[in-house]
Amino acid sequence: MAPPTQPPLYRDASPEALAVSGGQIVTLGLAWLGVGLPLAWGVLETLRKAMALFQ
Amino acid sequence: MSSLLSKERIVAPPNFNRWLIPPCALATHLCIGQAYALSVFNLPLTQELGITQSLPTDWKLTELGWIFTIAMFFLGLSAAVFGKWVQAQGPRMSGLVAAACWGLGFLIGAVGIKEHQLWLVYFGYGVLGGCGLGIGYITPVSTLIAWFPDRRGMATGMAIMGFGGGALMASPLSVLLMKQFASPTSTGVTQTWVVLGLTYLLVMSAGAFGYRVPVAGWKPRGWVPPVAKPGALVAKFDVTPGRVLTTRQFWCLWIVLCFNVTAGIGVLGQASAMIQEVFKGTINAGAAAGFVGLLSLFNMGGRFFWASLSDRIGRKATYGCFFVLGPVMYALVPLSGQMGSVVLFVACFCVILTMYGGGFATIPAYLADIFGTKYVGAIHGRLLTAWSVAGILGPVLVNYLREFQINSGIPKHQAYNVTMYIMAALLIVAFFANLAVKPVTERHAEPEAHPGRRPLTV
Repeated sequence: MAPPTQPPLYRDASPEALAVSGGQIVTLGLAWLGVGLPLAWGVLETLRKAMALFQ
Repeated sequence: MSSLLSKERIVAPPNFNRWLIPPCALATHLCIGQAYALSVFNLPLTQELGITQSLPTDWKLTELGWIFTIAMFFLGLSAAVFGKWVQAQGPRMSGLVAAACWGLGFLIGAVGIKEHQLWLVYFGYGVLGGCGLGIGYITPVSTLIAWFPDRRGMATGMAIMGFGGGALMASPLSVLLMKQFASPTSTGVTQTWVVLGLTYLLVMSAGAFGYRVPVAGWKPRGWVPPVAKPGALVAKFDVTPGRVLTTRQFWCLWIVLCFNVTAGIGVLGQASAMIQEVFKGTINAGAAAGFVGLLSLFNMGGRFFWASLSDRIGRKATYGCFFVLGPVMYALVPLSGQMGSVVLFVACFCVILTMYGGGFATIPAYLADIFGTKYVGAIHGRLLTAWSVAGILGPVLVNYLREFQINSGIPKHQAYNVTMYIMAALLIVAFFANLAVKPVTERHAEPEAHPGRRPLTV
């Protein structure tokens, strides 16, 4: 008698989980840093200016 | 060259990670969002000839105000006119055209400043740059909706948040550059515009080359489209951009966007003067600038927050929140002035500005829900004419009503009260327009032109 088929040990928890390779992680990181860092700088500068409102 | 830019060339390979698309969209929107920071150049541009002070031959503030107005007008016009083309050509081609228009607009504007020819600035930044704004604004919309059918609101909200955030970066960067380039013979604006133009051209082009479109029928792995309940606002078919103009739903949404923007844009333009007049002696120019910065932050944050929330509670309910909460906030503003409560005043406007931004960010997903995803970019472009109208209506309402009140003998600190009640009334009209939005009937559905040959969904 053939052994019963085992279910896969790992199931995809999220649609993206299996799609991300090492190279993609680097690309993703660079792309998000590229837009995120300048934006974060802008937000911090604005917050610094906004402090004047509460002084 | 044309094949390198064509939509067919950028169909994503299997296992492409869709989270690479939002940074490309942000690259576009963060650059064009500079438009909100144009006012940092107002003072130096009035001193281009005098350098340290304005000469009689220098440009006047009223003349400079037209640069922004022309740009906003061409934003709406180009989005409406080129929407269909953007949809047909795909995001790489339209992203590059937007980059060229926006970057060249700055460079031509810089020549206009250098030669002191205002018409060149109007043409460069206003006309050409305005077209870059319109094309760039709608470029990522349909691509993001195709990649994120499960989170349409969040995905488009993230990109449009970039438009709000662009000014946060551009404002301090421009000040920094002007300081760097200023000399006894120059205000530094020309050089700053050259640097900004080249930077935006580069960053937007990089974003344009990063775009990929999904293959026809692509779905996120494991995602099953939810079954629509009867009467729910979920499109079962696509409506063409031409046909959409004959539907009641389009015009209801046009009113919704127009009045929501009118209410917010009028406040945004006058925020600094308003807080100083209402709290005279308490709030100085520095604190008022801080208030404007805070409003920009909430404008940006609201774009992401409300658009993401709309994925959970639905678009109609989200706009319902705007038009219930909004009038209450506007009505509270005069009260905060009477009470002398700066905190209440600031809090009211911060909430108002989140809904102003949220209105922009949620509308593409609302359109996709009602008219289908196939032509959403083109339809969105046509709807943006509401922005152009609001761009004139909002400031006119705030400025002229203020003048009228002051001429009628009302004290300056109370001159905005009637305006606030009018803004609240506009939002109540928008509430009913939103309420009237129902699913589109099947007679507006696009006929199957080529059965069996399905085009790309982007």
